[in-house]
Amino acid sequence: MTLALYRIDDRLIHGQVVVGWGQPLDCSFIVLVDDEVSSSDWEQDLYRMGVPPQIEVIFASVDQAAKQFPNWEADARVGILLVGDVDTAVALATQVPQVKRFNVGGVHHRAGRKERLRFVYLTDEEADKLRALAARGVEVTAQDVPTARAVPLGEFT
Amino acid sequence: MSDLRGVIVSHAAVAQALVAAVKAITGIDDALTPVSNEGCGTDALGERLRDAVGAGPAVLFVDLPGGSCFTSSARYAKKGGAEIAVVTGVNLAMLLDFVFHRDISPAEAARRAVDAGAKAIRVTA
Repeated sequence: MTLALYRIDDRLIHGQVVVGWGQPLDCSFIVLVDDEVSSSDWEQDLYRMGVPPQIEVIFASVDQAAKQFPNWEADARVGILLVGDVDTAVALATQVPQVKRFNVGGVHHRAGRKERLRFVYLTDEEADKLRALAARGVEVTAQDVPTARAVPLGEFT
Repeated sequence: MSDLRGVIVSHAAVAQALVAAVKAITGIDDALTPVSNEGCGTDALGERLRDAVGAGPAVLFVDLPGGSCFTSSARYAKKGGAEIAVVTGVNLAMLLDFVFHRDISPAEAARRAVDAGAKAIRVTA
């Protein structure tokens, strides 16, 4: 197997990811790509606490992720890759053209964002960036949990 | 020392239900504030915590030892400016003990909560 889920979720590691997706995918490692978290031991300890010991957690900046990506893709185990915002997703997909899909799992309300789905709020600029990603061949859908329908990008932007 | 406030931080409506259960059993309705993560990103949950904690002191009772409720609570306790302790694995037993023992420090109350909560978990048959 390889990375089975590429997810944009501003909560990063939390129950929906570890249990909701992790259990049915039989996930063995989580890659958290975030420049801020990758430089903070304290933040990393916080996120590790939400993960059972049998699941490895790997923290990486976008630049580190671009270098390490082939190793994760070649890993025999099933993994989940997480980013916290649209900009990080775009930066990663730009550096790593092998990234061909993103699941928008949770982008919540903030000033300037409009509700697109119950769990997806985007500024117009963020929506444009996701459409640009899709135009480059990246499949973008929104789906909070595996039992929900994967909503195509065109239905929420 | 001012009485401690308890803030229950949970997924969905667990926190509200626990507050209602404490009131039903004790009649006390001014010690606990429920906070749900429903519809919240990290920023919004931090704002809900700030509203609930006020000037503190407070104990944050979190449902799980990981996840968005926990990470936001731990982050708020570190950076929020109030005197705060965080306890995970909230259950009704620890809350019932807490509401009658609020004239102590958050750290002491957190230790009491862990003790009272753990004692309530047992196999009976």
